[in-house]
This record gives sequence, C-alpha cells and structure tokens, in this order.
Amino acid sequence: MDLNARIPDGPLAQKWEKHKFDTKLVNPANKRKYKVIVVGTGLAGAAAAASLGELGYEVSNFCFQDSPRRAHSIAAQGGINAAKNYPSDGDSVFRLFYDTIKGGDFRSREANVYRLAQVSVDIIDQCVAQGVPFAREYGGLLANRSFGGAQVSRTFYARGQTGQQLLLGAYSALSRQIGLGHVTMFPRTEMLDVVLIDGKARGIVVRDLVTGEISSHAAEAVVLATGGYGNVFYLSTNAKGSNVTAAFRCYKKGAGFANPCYTQIHPTCIPVSGDHQSKLTLMSESLRNDGRVWVPKKKGDSRPVREIPEAERDYYLERKYPSFGNLSPRDIASRSAKEACDAGLGVGKSGLGVYLDFEDAINRDGEQTIREKYGNLFQMYEKITAENPYKVPMRIYPAVHYTMGGLWVDYNLMSTIPGLHVLGEANFSDHGANRLGASALMQGLADGYFVIPHTIGHYLASEKFEAVDTSHAEFKKVEAEVNDSTKKLLGINGKRSVDSFHKELGKIMWDKCGMARNKAGLEEAIQKIPSLREEFWSNVKVLGQGESLNQSLEKAGRVADFLEHGELMCRDALKREESCGGHFREEHQTGDGEALRHDNEYAHVAVWEYKGENNAPDRHEETLNFENVKLATRSYK
Amino acid sequence: MNLTLHVWRQNGSKTSGKLVTYNANNVSEDSSFLEMLDEVNEGLIANDEEPIAFDHDCREGICGSCSMMINGVAHGPERHTTACQLHMRSFKDGDEIYIEPWRAKAFPIIKDLVVDRNSFDKVIQAGGYVSVSTGGVPDANAIPIGKDYADSAMDAAECIGCGACVASCKNASAMLFVAAKVSHLALLPQGQPERKNRVLNMVKTMDDAGFGNCTNQYECEAACPKGISVEFIAKMNRDFLKAGLASKD
Repeated sequence: MDLNARIPDGPLAQKWEKHKFDTKLVNPANKRKYKVIVVGTGLAGAAAAASLGELGYEVSNFCFQDSPRRAHSIAAQGGINAAKNYPSDGDSVFRLFYDTIKGGDFRSREANVYRLAQVSVDIIDQCVAQGVPFAREYGGLLANRSFGGAQVSRTFYARGQTGQQLLLGAYSALSRQIGLGHVTMFPRTEMLDVVLIDGKARGIVVRDLVTGEISSHAAEAVVLATGGYGNVFYLSTNAKGSNVTAAFRCYKKGAGFANPCYTQIHPTCIPVSGDHQSKLTLMSESLRNDGRVWVPKKKGDSRPVREIPEAERDYYLERKYPSFGNLSPRDIASRSAKEACDAGLGVGKSGLGVYLDFEDAINRDGEQTIREKYGNLFQMYEKITAENPYKVPMRIYPAVHYTMGGLWVDYNLMSTIPGLHVLGEANFSDHGANRLGASALMQGLADGYFVIPHTIGHYLASEKFEAVDTSHAEFKKVEAEVNDSTKKLLGINGKRSVDSFHKELGKIMWDKCGMARNKAGLEEAIQKIPSLREEFWSNVKVLGQGESLNQSLEKAGRVADFLEHGELMCRDALKREESCGGHFREEHQTGDGEALRHDNEYAHVAVWEYKGENNAPDRHEETLNFENVKLATRSYK
Repeated sequence: MNLTLHVWRQNGSKTSGKLVTYNANNVSEDSSFLEMLDEVNEGLIANDEEPIAFDHDCREGICGSCSMMINGVAHGPERHTTACQLHMRSFKDGDEIYIEPWRAKAFPIIKDLVVDRNSFDKVIQAGGYVSVSTGGVPDANAIPIGKDYADSAMDAAECIGCGACVASCKNASAMLFVAAKVSHLALLPQGQPERKNRVLNMVKTMDDAGFGNCTNQYECEAACPKGISVEFIAKMNRDFLKAGLASKD
C-alpha cells in the first residue's frame, strides 16, 4: 500500500503556498470537460460541490437526505475556530496549529494541520460574504468566544446553531450552482459502491431511495464527503441516517482505512433515559464556559441536589485540572465523568450522569445573561428531560460524537485509490487521536472550499483518462453485485429486525471499544462480532420491496457494513498498545490515571488494507514526523 | 401508557391511502414521539407488516426532516417543537392520536408519512443566495453590521425548511418559508446587490411550484418549530412591491 503523504518540501508556513504554485492547473475552458462526483452535502461536500461548480467542472452531487440542506453538519451547535485573532488575545496561525496538534495528542500530520489553521481565516470571510449571520458585538464587528479547551477566544458562532448557519451558507452556494446548471443534484440517492477502471476511481453505483432503481454515474474523479461512523455504537449524537457505507465500500475496493479506533466521546450529552432511546442529544460544550461540573462526594447521596452543601460536592475537573478546569478537552472530561460514575458517584436514575451546574453563573451574571447565551440549549434540555436547568443543574453523560479515524488521504486529500478524494469527517487527516471543539466545522469547510478545488485540478491535469461511460463492463459488474446484495437482504426473511442487530452491535462496541478499552475486552469483541454478523446474514428480517422507498432495506445495508467495520475498529484498538486522545487502553496509563502514549512505537498512522471476506486485514504504518513541535505529555493541569 | 394510533398508510404517490389503526402499548413518557413510532414499527415487523415510513434524521429539532401532522397540528401539540423533540409526556394514557403526512399540492406524498419537499429547494435555487464564489471576498470585519440587524437576520435564518408552515396553512402557502430566506438576506449588506431580483425570482418559483397565497391567518407562525415571525412576510411583501415597481420588465 503506497502511503506516501506527498507533503511538500520547505518550511511549514510556506508549504501550502508553494504546493499551490507547483500543482498543475486545468485550463478554464477545459474544466467543463471533466466530470466530478461529490458524495455528501454536509459542510465538506456542499462546499466542494459548490466550489468545483463555480470553477467550471461538471459536478454531480449526491445525498441520501431529501434535501442537501439536511446533512448532519446542520446539528453542530457551538462554533467554528479561526485564527483571526480579532480579540487580540495572543492567537495566531501557529497557535491554532499547535493547539490542534497537541489536542490530537500528537497523532496527526503537521503539514495538514498547519494548512488547516492557515485557511481557517479565509473560511470566516467566505461565510460572512455568503450572508451567514454570525453573532456580533454592538459595534457591528464579529463576536468571539473561548471554546473547548482553548485559552484564546477564536470561536465564531451563530447562537447555538452554528453548524446550521454554515451549512445553509454552503447550501445556498450549492443551490446557486444547481440553478445555473453547473451542479446536478441527486437527493434521496445513496452511494452503494465505487467503480474502479484501470485502478482509478471512475464512478459510483447508487440506489434511488424512492424508486429503488440501481444506476451508475461515471466521472474522472470521485469526492467522498460522507461523514463519520459514530453510529456503529447505535446510540450516538449522529443523525439516524449517518453511516459508514460509502467509506467502507471504498475500503473494500482498496482504499486504506486509517485509525478506525479513534472515536470521540463527547462529555456533555443528555443521559440515556431508557431502552426506547434511539439517539443521544448533545448539549454544546460552550455550556462548560459557565457551567461547573460536579458529583456528590458521598456515594448514593439521595438528597435533593440543591440541599447538597458546597463542601460535599466534588468539582472534579476543577480539582484535577486547575488550569483548564471545566474547559478541559473532551476526551479528558469524558473519561473523568466515567471514572466518577464507575466509582458510584453518578447522579440520576441510572447513576450514569454528572451535574453541570449554572447556579454560580446565574448568581454572578443574572438569569437574563445566561438566557441570552444559552437560551435555546436550555430549552432543548427542558424539552427532553422535563427539568428546568435554570433551577436545577443539568445532568450530563458522555456519548459517541465524532470519529477522527477515516479513509487515509495524502496531502492532496486523495485516498490510496487514485482519483478517490475524501473530505471532512470521512477522512482521517487533521484531528489525530482527539478533536478539539469547533474544529470539525473548520475542517469540513477548509477541505471543501479551499483544499480540494486546488488539489483535484492537479490530479485531473496530471492523468490521462480513457473515455468511459456507464455502459463499461465494470459498471455493469458492480451494478449486478449491488443488485444481488439488495436481493439477498430482502430474501433472508429471518426473525430479527435490523434494529435489534444494530443495538446488539452497539452494546458490544460501547462496552468493549468505548471510553476505556483493554486487551481482553477487545479480543472478546473480535470473537463476538463475526458471529453476530453471521446471524445477521441468516436471520435478519427486511420486509417490503426493493423497487420502492424501503427504510428497513436502507438500514439493513448500513448495519451490514457496521457489522464489519466495528470489528475493524476493535482490531485497530487492540493493536495500538498505548493510550492517546480518545483511545484509552487501560493497560497504558500513568499512576494518576492519565493517558500514556508510547511515541517510540506508535507515533504513526495505522492504515488497514482489506484482504477479502475470510482474511484478516493487513495493518500498515505511515510514520508521523514532527519537525516543528516537540512531542510533549499532554497536560491540562 | 397505552395509546391508539390512526396512521396514514399510502403505498406510493399513485395509489390512494387510508388511516390504519394500531395500538401502542407500554409507551414510556420519556420517549420521543418518533421513538414511540420506532417501537410500533418493531411490533409491525414482528407481525410481518411493513413498518410505517416517515422522514427523520437528526432527531434534535434542527435538520427539518420530520414532518407529520399529529392530531391535525403540524409537529403536534407543543409550541416551537418538532415531532422529534415532542415527548410522550405531552400525551396521556388512553389517548387516540391521528398521524398524517403534510398535505399540500406542492408536497406530493411518496409513501405513508413521507412527502417530496423538493419545491423548497427549487425556490432557494431561484435566488436564495448571495452570488459570491469561493475566494476573493473581503475580510469578515470589513463591513460592520449593527447587532440588531444581525440578530434580526438570524431570527429569519433559523428556518429549518421543514414545511410545517405550508402544512398548517389552509392555502398551503409557502410565504413564511420564502419570506424567512428573503428577509435574512435583505437585512444584511451582503444581500443588497441582488435584493430586487431575488425576491421576484423566488416568489415566481414559489407560485409556479403550486403553493397557495397568504390570507393572513398566521397558522404558519403558530406551527413553526422555530417561531419564525409573520412580520417577515410583511417585509417580503414590501420588498416584492418595491422590486416590482422598479423592475425593468
């Protein structure tokens, strides 16, 4: 497997400029001769499709939702980082770069992360020009706040709906290109496989989710922006439709899958209320700017929360990490909540919860100020739990939120399959082993608006393409395979619903490959998942037809892929004999329970290569070279 | 709690549909309305009946996918709440609940509770944007925007495009949806250069899609999960009139 990251030479700060100059260009008049397929319409996908359409490429854009505006980027609440340094509080491109590298526990590529920090400033300009209504100060300039483990205020936001507003900005740019005829949009259409001809990605096979028709689309390049795989855990903050299928089918066709075990468990989510639970709801971590996290010091303290005196509360984040306190990074805050609950100090009916208390902030700033900052979040909390967070503390517990792992890409965002580019959460590149708050929106838009429009031109200008259309034998072959697999799912006619398998898989993953992992647990999961998979393929019940809207069939295809992908995650977690970021191996911790990295053996990206149905995948390594930062123990104390 | 549901079942746009009655038993008051439907669907699958199709995705009240009339009210009885954020504690044991799709000529039914809202996308494609391409734009702080204007633009921009306004309007008018986007951009300096053509083109596309007109009943505002104000409709009407008078055609 060729894992050359193609990082440009030269000093860190000049790599991207130099690279843009060195890349080949496609003549403006020739761009319309190239077809590009973009799968996904979240921040990365919509931004890419719009920008490529503007440049003049012939773009086809696909999403499984009924409208591109509904992709799950829309749910991001807190904000987007950019090294604008408007508040003049010491921020810079280098500081954003350093914070991101350190936040990722030194498991990401310097050159990629530096570029991300560089283009972050352009993103804000672009979004404002589109009419994104960011929060502003009375003087009319943009407001900033501190967010998720940053000691500078570099986060831009639009109430608690930043993702929605950024996505609507990208969607409006995309809509303009659709209206102009530069982008053809295919909503309610799911990518089910990639088609390789002469080793290059030349198209995809899709299913029209309304008519059930399987069809092919040919192009000179394919861009995947299909998000993360957090739903392998069944319960997560992802949308119900979020899935790994597109990325996983590419993996099975030869794209390396990098660091699948890197999962982000977000510390501030609403706890599970019962077996009916279908998904988890995040409470923006911006709440930690004003909320204080605590548990009672005494086990089983059943007094009403407001009767527990100050002295009998453990503000454990403030105690353990005095310099970052309640703003400690996500992986650390999550693990600390788990420790408190494992020690029997958890609150709420299930005991799986900790308090996030606004009493001090309300006493200090007044209820009105808190309402202005977090009104919609407090309202959402009350809707779900029927408790008023102005009066009693919120109860929160960690939940699966984001996956840092994804398809391996080089500096040009191209996977190990030539022509297959991967953007946003679907790739692995920028967040290392842990993502900092307000960085996902930044990465999605950076990849879509400012990276791929340059790098894809270089690929298209460098390669020779034989004329290919969907009548090519390879398209027909892949279509037949997709058809067979659909028929197979409908024909099993077993006893168990798709959801019941998904829930069982999710429980294995959460118990064995969740916030804390160990060798025995991971080995057990690697035993259990294949037998669950076997049962799925002999006992799942998918009713209805293939030739119409069939939501059970859609879910079944996605769960079938999760059943393979979950095993890959466990294999990756087992082989990474260290703790870093979101990957915490119980065998590798310091005396006081902090993550213990082993830089000599594991300062690399683990990249998995598919070797066929009945074979274990191969593990390859891309060594990470740090020339500009010193690998340090990540301390927030 | 135990409930009786009457759910609209329709197998595709070309067949006729009907209400079918199901029992939902042992429903937890902590579950959401969609989770209640999930459990009903699990029961249907166990009985070899096809599950009820309904649109949903984020289940956090922001993607705008979920779209159902609950006892004749878009998104159900709670104000400012999408169906996915509606919890069963809003109902009581023994209730009968009627669940139907959005009904509007411009939103044809695809299956059961799933409708086609593509006409909303067409309206946006006709002008719901600022014509700037990626790159080459001014610094984000180059144009100060008064906080009250920015806040007001944000009030309009909160629209999630669910279509509850259309579903709850006796004329199936999309005025609130279109007005929200028109006003969001009309309130910002970035939206000024295309302000006139935007409102003319978007209103024309809205009319062509088969949405009805506004007769000032304000059902849309009452049903809107984000509480978008009908004042934006007045604002759009003023913009539309001015643009029409200034139009060269």
